[in-house]
Amino acid sequence: MTLKEIQEEIIEEFAVFDEWMDKYEFLIELGQSLPAIDVKFKNNEYLINGCQSKVWLNAELIDGKIQFTADSDAIITKGIVALLVRVLSNRTPEEIMNSELFFIENIGLTDNLSPTRSNGLVSMVKQMKLYGMAFNAKMNPSS
Amino acid sequence: MPIDINKIRSEFPILNQKIHGKDYVYLDNGATTQKPIQVIDAVSDFYKNTNSNIHRGVHHLSDLSTKAYEAVRSKVQNFINAEQEQEIIFTKGTTDSINLVAFSFGERYINTGDEIIISAMEHHSNLVPWQMLCERKGANLRVLPFNKNGELEMDKLPGLLNDKTKLLAVTHVSNSLGTINPVKEIIEQAHKANVPVLIDGAQSIQHSIIDVQDLDCDFYVFSGHKIYAETGIGVLYGKEKYLKEMPPYQGGGDMVDHVTLEKTTYLDAPFKFEAGTANYVGAVSLGVAIDYINDIGLKNIAEYEAELLQYATAELEKIEGLTIYGKAKHKTATISFLLDKIHHYDTGMILDKLGIAVRTGSHCTQPIMDFLDITGTVRASFAFYNTKNDVDRLVAGILKVKEMFA
Repeated sequence: MTLKEIQEEIIEEFAVFDEWMDKYEFLIELGQSLPAIDVKFKNNEYLINGCQSKVWLNAELIDGKIQFTADSDAIITKGIVALLVRVLSNRTPEEIMNSELFFIENIGLTDNLSPTRSNGLVSMVKQMKLYGMAFNAKMNPSS
Repeated sequence: MPIDINKIRSEFPILNQKIHGKDYVYLDNGATTQKPIQVIDAVSDFYKNTNSNIHRGVHHLSDLSTKAYEAVRSKVQNFINAEQEQEIIFTKGTTDSINLVAFSFGERYINTGDEIIISAMEHHSNLVPWQMLCERKGANLRVLPFNKNGELEMDKLPGLLNDKTKLLAVTHVSNSLGTINPVKEIIEQAHKANVPVLIDGAQSIQHSIIDVQDLDCDFYVFSGHKIYAETGIGVLYGKEKYLKEMPPYQGGGDMVDHVTLEKTTYLDAPFKFEAGTANYVGAVSLGVAIDYINDIGLKNIAEYEAELLQYATAELEKIEGLTIYGKAKHKTATISFLLDKIHHYDTGMILDKLGIAVRTGSHCTQPIMDFLDITGTVRASFAFYNTKNDVDRLVAGILKVKEMFA
């Protein structure tokens, strides 16, 4: 599935909810079902600090694709973290670098991704793209 | 005297709107208070009819502007019962006032090896400026701890005061726990050791009658926006004997006596500390806010808020799994809490969707959170325009949060 397709799939999943409450309940479910990050990554080295909630992010390059694992101490944040991992994980560094994320706005969760919320999510997206750039540079040292 | 809550609520336009489709419940008064229509109109009128820069124009409106600004100085003097008008300095707010003292008092009085005492429940704005001063001067910061209830451990104070102590800075009311500290007793003890005291009044000025002469504090600071006036205006009260000795904080216009390219002499306080164009419109708004508060009466406000606190505490305590942080005997209407294992951010997000504004996080008091071993709390802070209905809405919201995260 392409980046575009998977985002469209998520948008469809959220389209069934008319009420914000149902949407958030779904997010909470997603947050609760995201596998916990390996404890060895749950330290300051992997921490993306928000004033309100914390996000931990780890990235590994396996067979040319980046595998993200992430976690948050707040469940709503973690639900969105789960969506971001679903969209961006298992993709090539180049794909991640050039990714355009439109699903957050489309499912009406931009509130949560506003830098003023200070929940670590904006920095998380930035960090994921940075990983894309870094791994891309590593794979193509001459370019 | 009971306050006329319906009349009051009608005077705060922002309260009478819907947020996310729900009647708005504003419980973030510790962060900033809303403005009555009298304040909003006064600012608008001032810009329409009076605006001109102060202290310099020969023209009519400049004179009116200057008079309006200086009239507020005298109003603030009366409001906190300062002995002299020139002991009232206008600043940008509490943080600015504290930084002014940290710089100017620090330049004059603090040397290597000296000590400054603060408490462990200070807002970062009454902590970081002192840390910076200590670093600059090679002085040491000593800290008065508090107990599990959120009360200062007063028995530890005598052990901290010694002949190296040059200043004690403490908050009157904790912004995150609501504790009202025994500042009069602290000031008495400090003065016995010849130590001047700065009181951070950011969270007390709007809830109780302040009499700086009765307290005998040496400095008292507060922000206009927390007492129903505009943002960007604040007050530093300082005893004349210190203000006279302290060098200026910033240089610029309006604070000078005589300037040549080689040397400048300064005006006396308060002007010495008010460099540049002051926020005179903010000051005007503060004057109107003080009139508004005086009309209702701070005593009536305090009584009403105490009743609200009692009701809210009782109702919140009924909720299973809810822990209140800050159980001091003397509190303002501020309640910090957490729900079981539910993150404060999650609670705040859902309450927001229900039209209820609370603050979540560390409330700029990370040392308090470290002491309590939590990352933050949900804080509901009340003002006299809040009602028991607001409390009920909060309780219903919390029950909804519990249900969603169960």
